[in-house]
Amino acid sequence: MTCSLCRRFSISAWLIVLGLAANPSSAWADGGPSTQTRWFNPERTPELVATLVVVLAMIGAAIWTERRGLPHIRRLAPLEAIDDAVGAATEQGTPLLFTTGWGGDMGRPTTMAAMTVLSHVAGRAAEHNCPLVFPSHDPVVASVAEDTIRQAAARAGRPDWAHTAEARFVSQSQFGYAAAVDGLIARQRPGAVFLLGSFEGEALVLAEAAHQSGTRTISGTDSTIQLSFFLVACDYTLIGEELFIAADVLSGGRAAVAVRALDWLKYLILLLLVAGVLLLVTTGRDLGPFLAR
Amino acid sequence: MAFTTSKPQVESEAIVNWELTITALLTLAIYSFLYGDNPFYRFAEHLLVGLSIGYSLVLTVGSIIMPKVVTPLAHGDFAALVPLLLGGAMFLRLSTRLGRWSQIPMALLIGAGAGASIPAMLQARVLKQMASTISGVGSVDGAIILMGVLATLTYFVFTREQTGLWGKSATVGRYFMMIFFGATFAYTVMSRVALLIGRLEFLLGDWLHTL
Repeated sequence: MTCSLCRRFSISAWLIVLGLAANPSSAWADGGPSTQTRWFNPERTPELVATLVVVLAMIGAAIWTERRGLPHIRRLAPLEAIDDAVGAATEQGTPLLFTTGWGGDMGRPTTMAAMTVLSHVAGRAAEHNCPLVFPSHDPVVASVAEDTIRQAAARAGRPDWAHTAEARFVSQSQFGYAAAVDGLIARQRPGAVFLLGSFEGEALVLAEAAHQSGTRTISGTDSTIQLSFFLVACDYTLIGEELFIAADVLSGGRAAVAVRALDWLKYLILLLLVAGVLLLVTTGRDLGPFLAR
Repeated sequence: MAFTTSKPQVESEAIVNWELTITALLTLAIYSFLYGDNPFYRFAEHLLVGLSIGYSLVLTVGSIIMPKVVTPLAHGDFAALVPLLLGGAMFLRLSTRLGRWSQIPMALLIGAGAGASIPAMLQARVLKQMASTISGVGSVDGAIILMGVLATLTYFVFTREQTGLWGKSATVGRYFMMIFFGATFAYTVMSRVALLIGRLEFLLGDWLHTL
């Protein structure tokens, strides 16, 4: 394994495994000793095995990609609509509005994926000199968004444009945030609204406000209940994992490794489900309690 | 005696009425957004945002800064300096020269958040779901759930085109998802209607006494 990509993946992957295995548990299911720290919690074996499998899949996908090239990723309509939306907003002379929802901080994978999409959108907006507004419920998210926008502008060769973009903290209160974003949509009349991230009860309020203003709306979340509102009120919706795939595709070739690894893991889950059911039906042995420990 | 007790009672009733009136007017101001953006909505919006920021600031000072930083430092526990310095470093981003130091607490926050959430999600969203799908297969419900899980998983494979038998399975998966989305949409709309009824009860009953 000589490639730098493989090295990078394997180092970070083993750090995750070490972190998981060395997590000294304070809540032992068997009521074990609370006065001493143990380095391995047998109750968390399924998690450790699953993490190892994920790590191996990532390393395997990195090697596969190095030898056989990038995988083909099937077409995702919302992904193709992103550049069109930026172009349409530019033609109308209206700003873009991008927000990651009230449901997640920077530790949430969804917020991280949304930041990758933001980087792409900001890059395109910088190229077209289209204003961008990013309201957030979390000061840390707003700061990361500001950095992301600045870097995207520099990559696009328009560092000056970053000063016109606004990444602002509005309110930590759920409906304070929703009211503020609603107001922005109503007053600034953005040409395109991007609702990508972790959303809670404010999802319908924001999607409806965007729909009422007649703007093009692209949404995506892994919050299963809020997806129904996005599907009803938005023009394009990235359903669950599609958001992560969109982020991988937009961040360039290297991230396609993750898409391949994820697909392998899904094949494995399909196989395990079929095998588990066959085992249960034929021998009566149930894998469920082992997996759910 | 009766005179001295009735005066505060009358005053408190008046205060309650004023509170009700202000709450009702703010409710109407927020609902006025249904007509479109207007000064009443704008006032209520700014009030809500300002109050929520003020409230969260007081909450942060009262429940985090005082008990977790100031009190330990006052008692000689200097370990509290670590989060204080990391928190303070966040403000360095305001400086163009020292801004890059703010990336240290940011990296710590993001790394710790991801490290804590990824194994937890693996357990809650993958392993437990698989366990329930396998264990529940003995019933009709379980068999339908198994079919739905298998079909939906095929929809979420991205490195393979959705053609042939695989494509048909993905289409079945999409139908399963649409049934789920329809059900959750109806369920949540019902709960929102309940909230609307609550507000109408407040406006017509508690405030205007017409119910």
